[in-house]
Amino acid sequence: MFKKFKVRRSHVLIFAGIIIIGVMIWLWPAFLSGREKWPQSFGYGKTATKEEIAALDIDVRPDGKGLPAGSGNAELGEVIYTNKCASCHGADGKEIKGVKLPGPPLVTGKSKAKTIGNYWPYATTLFDYIRRAMPYNAPGSLTNDEVYSLSAWLLSANKVIKPGEVMNAQTLPKVVMPAQKLFIVDDRKGGPEVK
Amino acid sequence: MEQQQDKPVKITQRKISRRTLLGGALAAAIIPVTSAFAKYVQVGVPLVSDPTKQPGPLPGTLGKRSLFENPVKKPSDISSRTPLQGMYSTITPSDLHFERHHAGIPTLDPNKYELLIHGMVERPMKFSLHDLKRFPSVTRTCFIECAGNFRTGKEEMTVQDILGLTSQSEWTGVMLSTLFRELGVDPKATWFLAEGGDAAVLTRSIPMHKAWDDAMIVYAQNGEAIRPEQGYPARLLLPGWEGNTNVKWIRRIEISDAPYFTREETSKYTYPVKDKIRMFSFEMDARSIITYPSFPQKIERGWIEIRGIAWSGRGKVVKVEVSTDAGKSWNEARLQGPVLEKAHTYFRHLWQWNGSETEILSRVTDQTGYTQPTLKQLIDARGKDIGGYHMNPVTAWRVKRDGSVAFKPESYK
Repeated sequence: MFKKFKVRRSHVLIFAGIIIIGVMIWLWPAFLSGREKWPQSFGYGKTATKEEIAALDIDVRPDGKGLPAGSGNAELGEVIYTNKCASCHGADGKEIKGVKLPGPPLVTGKSKAKTIGNYWPYATTLFDYIRRAMPYNAPGSLTNDEVYSLSAWLLSANKVIKPGEVMNAQTLPKVVMPAQKLFIVDDRKGGPEVK
Repeated sequence: MEQQQDKPVKITQRKISRRTLLGGALAAAIIPVTSAFAKYVQVGVPLVSDPTKQPGPLPGTLGKRSLFENPVKKPSDISSRTPLQGMYSTITPSDLHFERHHAGIPTLDPNKYELLIHGMVERPMKFSLHDLKRFPSVTRTCFIECAGNFRTGKEEMTVQDILGLTSQSEWTGVMLSTLFRELGVDPKATWFLAEGGDAAVLTRSIPMHKAWDDAMIVYAQNGEAIRPEQGYPARLLLPGWEGNTNVKWIRRIEISDAPYFTREETSKYTYPVKDKIRMFSFEMDARSIITYPSFPQKIERGWIEIRGIAWSGRGKVVKVEVSTDAGKSWNEARLQGPVLEKAHTYFRHLWQWNGSETEILSRVTDQTGYTQPTLKQLIDARGKDIGGYHMNPVTAWRVKRDGSVAFKPESYK
């Protein structure tokens, strides 16, 4: 019976073809995912608790998001400034010779120095920066009330707010900075133009 | 040899050599003398008249530079510049990578390190350094350049003085998109805040598209753990973007729907453009500089291979042109391959110097079609009160009759 069945070349080809197609179908998922077999989640790391987040989350946005409870005014701020800031920034708001600083805290006449009064778009940035980075030799050591007071004094001395105004989480975001209207988002887009 | 005319560097060298001496004494004190050979092991380099007649030091645990090579960074109060004029290719040795920090270098314990990511995510998470290293990793070569990388003023300025705040490394870490995928980011999120763990707790707001594009959290530099000055144990890497946004010692990322307008993106890293102030300028524009010959090097008549580096924060360097006749004519330089995206690219151009005075300069064109401008073009585009950020003008070197090379300062204020 088997002898009657002649193995022709065409049969071999068909058989081989079936085997190859079968293997391809069998391996197809592997071809598809072989390059990047990534799981839904690697499962590394831990979920962060609310307390863990709160311990680090100190940023403040211009809309006031992130501002803590507390308050302060310029009168208190001036005392704190004299005690904790003037040794670097100068008692009268002018730059001290020999001390390299980003700039004096006040606008000084025709000076082109970039200060809070002429070069800061948002008052909330004052609170955020002083709280996180100042004083330089003891960063993060000021209380929230002290930071509100320093912000109030600097804004008042720069004539952005009135001397008696109280700064807190509600009032600080409402302060409109004189330079805010000058700021534009980067308009360079690549390409031949020099901008 | 190159730096002999450079007084500030001399002072630095003196300081460093005193430190090196102390280090040497310490090393000598802790090496146990167990054999006759031990005294040769990495204690010092014996200077002998004929090295073929005396065995040298045996292998040690750490390599060091030749006694005759002493490249140094040039520190100021806030930054430290790479000696680019002494380099032969594009990878900056890790210990010569430029530094810029805002309250010094923190000492962070890698065993206590954690990166917190929270805000507009399904699941806020924290990752230890060990966790970060378990994720699929990526290695890429790219430059980091400070946005304020521009100085001019006098003839006696080296490449290091003019633009030493750019360096290149091979960085390894995890794609930020891989971490973000793990947390489930709210599709409405448009910005994230990156915060450092240094005494300035430095923060920058970054658009989310950079996170999905090529942002990384890197923990290794040139094959070893990242250097403390570069953000050990982990930093943000934003290829092609101004150095300040590549937050070092990164400890926290908050995902948000608005930027935060932190101090570093309002009163700093912004610049006047005519009657406005430009903010969130992220990409570093294309720039190039000839590093050989440059001040204080000296050349001799005959064939000179002019060499330098070119780069663009917007992609690949397509072309570098070199002029040896003060900008009257330009020749296309050879680029050293492979030319990588957002990476320092080495260029070379052969020139026969006949001994006459001239100026040599280079200009780069990147893949967006942008050609490095002159200082005048930048002032025309931005106004006279141009500031110091994002300045990338063509730099010219004066070649004098005696073969000395000097920087050509241009006033701009």
